[in-house]
Amino acid sequence: MKTTNNIKELEKLANNIRQDIIKTLILAKSGHCAGPLGAVEQYVALYFGGILKYDANNPNWPERDRVVVSNGHYAPLVYAILAQAGYFSKKELKTLRKLGSCLQGHPHRLSVKGVETSSGPVGEGLSQAVGMALGLKLDGIKSQVYCLMGDGEHDCGNTWEAIMLAAKHQLDNLTVIIDRNNIQIDGFTEQVMPLEPLKEKYEAFGWKVLEVDGHNLEEIIRALNKAKAIFVKPVAIICHTIPGKGINFMEWEYRWHGKTPNLKEGEEALRQLRTLNGKIKSELD
Amino acid sequence: MLNPDLKLASDIFSSNPQLKSLREGFGEGLVLAGELNDNVVALCADVADSLKMNLFRERFPKRFFEMGIAEQNMAAVASGLASTGKIPVIGSYGVFSPGRNWEQIRTTICYNEQKVIIVGSHTGLNVGPDGASHQALEDIALTRVLPHLAVIVPSDALEARKAILEAIDYPTSVYLRLTREPSPILTTEETPFEINQSLVFWLPKQEDKFSGLTIFTCGYLVSEALKVASELEQEGINITVINNSALKPLDKELILTWAKKSKMIVTLEEHQVSGGMGSALSEFLSENHPIKMKLLGINDSFGESGEAQELIKKYHLDKDNLKALVKELITQIT
Repeated sequence: MKTTNNIKELEKLANNIRQDIIKTLILAKSGHCAGPLGAVEQYVALYFGGILKYDANNPNWPERDRVVVSNGHYAPLVYAILAQAGYFSKKELKTLRKLGSCLQGHPHRLSVKGVETSSGPVGEGLSQAVGMALGLKLDGIKSQVYCLMGDGEHDCGNTWEAIMLAAKHQLDNLTVIIDRNNIQIDGFTEQVMPLEPLKEKYEAFGWKVLEVDGHNLEEIIRALNKAKAIFVKPVAIICHTIPGKGINFMEWEYRWHGKTPNLKEGEEALRQLRTLNGKIKSELD
Repeated sequence: MLNPDLKLASDIFSSNPQLKSLREGFGEGLVLAGELNDNVVALCADVADSLKMNLFRERFPKRFFEMGIAEQNMAAVASGLASTGKIPVIGSYGVFSPGRNWEQIRTTICYNEQKVIIVGSHTGLNVGPDGASHQALEDIALTRVLPHLAVIVPSDALEARKAILEAIDYPTSVYLRLTREPSPILTTEETPFEINQSLVFWLPKQEDKFSGLTIFTCGYLVSEALKVASELEQEGINITVINNSALKPLDKELILTWAKKSKMIVTLEEHQVSGGMGSALSEFLSENHPIKMKLLGINDSFGESGEAQELIKKYHLDKDNLKALVKELITQIT
């Protein structure tokens, strides 16, 4: 898949990715729904908006940028993106969570191309990204490490250990993209474990923080480019998103965090995505 | 008699044997490893001097990462470093690593198949006065259940030095168990050491006079078992003592050979009996060569403060207790 700076094209692609997620989850019958749907623009911007340095035909290219998905339950989104990027055939998406599939319920590094780390237990992806950033710096390789995280995993002490270490080493080759969708399994983040003021917390830990509308592709791409130009500090981009984005009965409904649509719900979701094609627009329109 | 093929130390039974802690041997070995391989990096969680990783820090400051008291982060950062081609060695006390960071070791190192060497020091009762909170008695159980992770328990400082060098070249991640207190140097530069290999340190003087009792032990307690074997030999009782440093994978050939020659096996370790070295042996032998076994270690309790030797005695793992027990067991099998 080519990258493009045509926002309309990217928006269309984001809609297609959402449809892929729904189709995949209907067949898988289990998995996570709301988070992946809400974070689509972050991945589309990164992989197809001209940001990420990668080669699907050479997944171990030493100079590639690294992508660490810290919240492995975003697997349906990750796989839809990787298939779109050409790491494997889109047909594989039908096998998610099935016996013998390369698409494990949570990504397994050694089962599927394009996945840098096995993940599932949250709160430890950022540490791995920090390790990669340190290793790349030692070797003088100028690749960027992107860590995509959920907001709920900021409950984990391990996350803050990694945040401290990244600042200590001034890892400007590290960009964290936080999907601030305000939900986690047991409810809204601010009820389960208040995270605010998240921006100020990162800043107090020595990071540069950018905040964007997580459904505005142009804003996200601008922030990702800006992050590359910031030196001496690691950068966190807080993407404010709506969980379940694009499907009216899923939006803002935390019960859809770890739930999949049945056939009827799935068909309704696809109908909404198809007919509302372009509902999620950037501020350009 | 001491196995003559292994060229073990000559002063093992002297009143004043040469003493050195395993952590010192490890610290020296780590520097050597760093010299031999530019990809070796070291991470430590605020106990660099304790683990003698300060030697590596001074020699290779750019390849040393001080993580602060953050063992979970340390394990997962090491996984990330490994993904860029580095060979990370992470060090802390056993209770914290692999104790506190077990899930990070499981997911980011083992499941991810990123090669990391995990060094847990201050294990067993050996750490003494610090008390139960710091005495890792569960680390073998925690590590030997993890796929893609080898487990080694060296018996002296020289083996610890050789073990870290071997671990660098080993195909999977490795857990290396160390102790704090100076302990007798049992081996020499010439004594072989391999990760997959356990060694018979003490042989019956005459094979036809073998009592039929073999002790499998590891770590510091190898020296206690050797003293027992030596004293018993003077009383005309011949036993076998195996330094079972290869905990995972087990040296199955050696274990089977001696199980077949023996009527009873005693295991001795500074670890919970449940899940430890004796447990690993009994799992293997119950399937492959069922044999009477006596498993000595800590029985479902925590330790406490006291000098290392006092604790070894209190928990019945010392030479005198072992000797009395072995004599009694031999009467049961002859």
